[in-house]
Amino acid sequence: MASGAIDRNALVAEFRSFLGADSVLHDAEELKPYECDGLTAYRQTPLLVVLPETIEQVQRVLRVCAENQVPVVARGAGTGLSGGALPLADGVLLVLAKFNRILSIDTENRTARVQPGVRNLAISEAVDAYGLYYAPDPSSQIACSIGGNVAENAGGLHCLKYGLTVHNILALEVLTIDGERLTIGAQSLDAAGYDLLALLTGSEGLLAIIVEITVRLLPKPECVRLLLAAFDDVGLAGAAVGKIFAQGIIPGGLEMMDNAAIRVTDDFVQAGYPTDAAAILLCELDGTENEVVEQVGLISSLFQDCGATEVRVARDEAERQRFWAGRKAAFPAVGKISPDYYCMDGTIPRRELPRVLTRTAELSEEYGLPVVNVFHAGDGNLHPLILYDANKDGEVERVEELGAKILELCVEVGGTITGEHGVGIEKIDQMCVQFAAAELHHFHAVKSAFDKHTLLNPGKAVPTLTRCAELGGMHVHGGELPFPDLERF
Amino acid sequence: MGEQNDASSELAAGLVRAAAEGTPLAIVGGGSKSFLGRTPEGEPFHVRAHRGIVAYEPTELVITARAGTTLAEIEKVLTDSGQMLAFEPPHFGATATLGGTVASALSGPRRPYAGAARDFVLGVKMLSGEGRTLTFGGQVMKNVAGYDMSRLMVGAMGTLGVLLEISLKVLPLPAQTTTLGFPLDAAAAIEQMNAWAGKPVPLSGAYHDKDRLFVRLSGTARGVAQSVERLGGDVVENGRRWHELREHKLEHFEPGGKALWRLSVPPATPPMALPGETLIDWGGALRWLKSECQGEEIRAAVSRVGGHAMLYREGDRAGEVYHPLSGPLLKLHQRLKASFDPKGILNRGRIYSEL
Repeated sequence: MASGAIDRNALVAEFRSFLGADSVLHDAEELKPYECDGLTAYRQTPLLVVLPETIEQVQRVLRVCAENQVPVVARGAGTGLSGGALPLADGVLLVLAKFNRILSIDTENRTARVQPGVRNLAISEAVDAYGLYYAPDPSSQIACSIGGNVAENAGGLHCLKYGLTVHNILALEVLTIDGERLTIGAQSLDAAGYDLLALLTGSEGLLAIIVEITVRLLPKPECVRLLLAAFDDVGLAGAAVGKIFAQGIIPGGLEMMDNAAIRVTDDFVQAGYPTDAAAILLCELDGTENEVVEQVGLISSLFQDCGATEVRVARDEAERQRFWAGRKAAFPAVGKISPDYYCMDGTIPRRELPRVLTRTAELSEEYGLPVVNVFHAGDGNLHPLILYDANKDGEVERVEELGAKILELCVEVGGTITGEHGVGIEKIDQMCVQFAAAELHHFHAVKSAFDKHTLLNPGKAVPTLTRCAELGGMHVHGGELPFPDLERF
Repeated sequence: MGEQNDASSELAAGLVRAAAEGTPLAIVGGGSKSFLGRTPEGEPFHVRAHRGIVAYEPTELVITARAGTTLAEIEKVLTDSGQMLAFEPPHFGATATLGGTVASALSGPRRPYAGAARDFVLGVKMLSGEGRTLTFGGQVMKNVAGYDMSRLMVGAMGTLGVLLEISLKVLPLPAQTTTLGFPLDAAAAIEQMNAWAGKPVPLSGAYHDKDRLFVRLSGTARGVAQSVERLGGDVVENGRRWHELREHKLEHFEPGGKALWRLSVPPATPPMALPGETLIDWGGALRWLKSECQGEEIRAAVSRVGGHAMLYREGDRAGEVYHPLSGPLLKLHQRLKASFDPKGILNRGRIYSEL
């Protein structure tokens, strides 16, 4: 591990020798903008920040860090919501923002080679003229970087049909902590050896540093239509989702909002939602002209049969955008009515939705903290937003406790603590709920196969066994005593 | 379901014993993929008794089954509910199991348009080389908690652990499927397949055999009809040919004394100048080469276009079968193998002689 006596000045001098003075930040004022990512509740000033612009420079940075046993935290656009890019006091923050070029576009093979700092949306914009796009569209796509998307396995509104990041990339160029360059995956649809592409996707910067990504591009759909259905019962809305699949249709997007979310967003953007509905479903259908027309007919009547109180089809592109505007404005709208909010990211089997929402409402009452729910209904990914005021004494702690209970509820019903935002620093304790000691042991073993001295983003994503043991109240799996390797006092 | 089909304790005990004694094991499910990879080493370790569908709820689009369950049983249950394994796995025999399919990462003609086996794996329960039970991933569509160990098992050929249970995403069966035939040579077919793949066409398969291109369209009745009209071509037989392609029953796959190579390449790669006959599947991304050509020559040619080559059938299985890895990558594979199977007893040498 890093010793307490890192010579910061010597490191600065060494980095400056090959990065130039402007690309090594070390005084307090310069470091300030980097003290947090999208999870602003956690802040930490890094030891120093480096901004390399070539792969060779990154290799040298890593070698210097490895030699001096200095931890390294990679950062893209810093929009992550789980604190994955939270700096370490004794660590170098490796900012990949200068890697912002699209290296090549191959329209025949429908791929693009891009640097990690390229913004998600910039890829789709660059290939738009060829009738292609990059499918994963996290809500932050205007700002988030593709390298960060890979590190977190980002999803988006359309991932039910088109997949997550892991389904839409072909190859990575990565650097190990020793500065060794590896090609992971291939330009073909699969690669020889173990599926390291899957292993690295979502590994939150703990295994290697991504310096290049080959993404797969898809043809833009010819026709897109959006339906809005209102229900006076959340369970009915949930059941309607299952019936869509039973019709043989996988919508391009399928979102649910509860009454609180409908009211908050409608006030904010005047989306024209039925504000008295218990839940609305937004169902986007895409494909060829005839296919979509047929599906719109099928699903409209399906919603009626499922007890929808109202079904609307967006008449034109403007109305489609307006219907989406409400859903897309959910977070800022909540930000408008509440000084602070905390966004959760559990995934549950869809059938458990009524139970989870009921229990969440009870917990919300118990803690006196309002909760607004938006839900990627097709894939069971729930984003409860807890409203609070950080300036009120003890409220942050209460929010974290409520959040933890919601995530534990997700695990209890057979789901997971994070669907798309990652564990980072935020949900590290809930990992102890989701996984037993044996699995955690193997996560650490895999980390060790890549990064023997635990220098890449240490302390994130995977908790130590000691941390889990100290938390207490761990889950006992199959009657086995958890963490048998640890001493008890 | 049923307890009598739960052999997990026996399997775990078997691994604990083998690990203690350092006995190498060759994992055997239905035996239908015994021809794949390098020659198995070790005592046969039978895993087929651990079988049965554990959970299936069509509205959740998820099925969970024990690894010894036959693919046939799974597909029957799915079909009865109007659903399918969208990666269209080949069986290569009636005894094919889910575990073997996932371990060998087999995907059929729908793969370029729907995704591969690994894309549909949501979670696994497995035994490590020391017989420890591990559960990774889950039964939900989106899950980014912890490293994606489930997908790491796909294609690992049992070298990292013994699969016990697998959860897969399933998809609805399309309402309508139509196949079109076009008289085209290989070069023109590759261009055509890739041109359509870049347009909003509801493709679910595209292969070229001899001088004919076959394109399968799937979707709603009206959607498919519209595309049929646009693409032209002749409407041809729609079921058997895709089954025979998937199962390697087409004439091309009759050995005739030559080795069969699987070349995975970028889909728009022009026909490769290698001696032998080629059937092109996956819209151009998969080339089944029947050839007497030396492995080095084939591998070099495929490496040049950014792909990889695997000796599939009828070759020397004592030598290297899979595309060689770079030195650092192989070392990483060895470290990963050691982390799951410290005694190195599981399917030793099945992928690479050093693994």
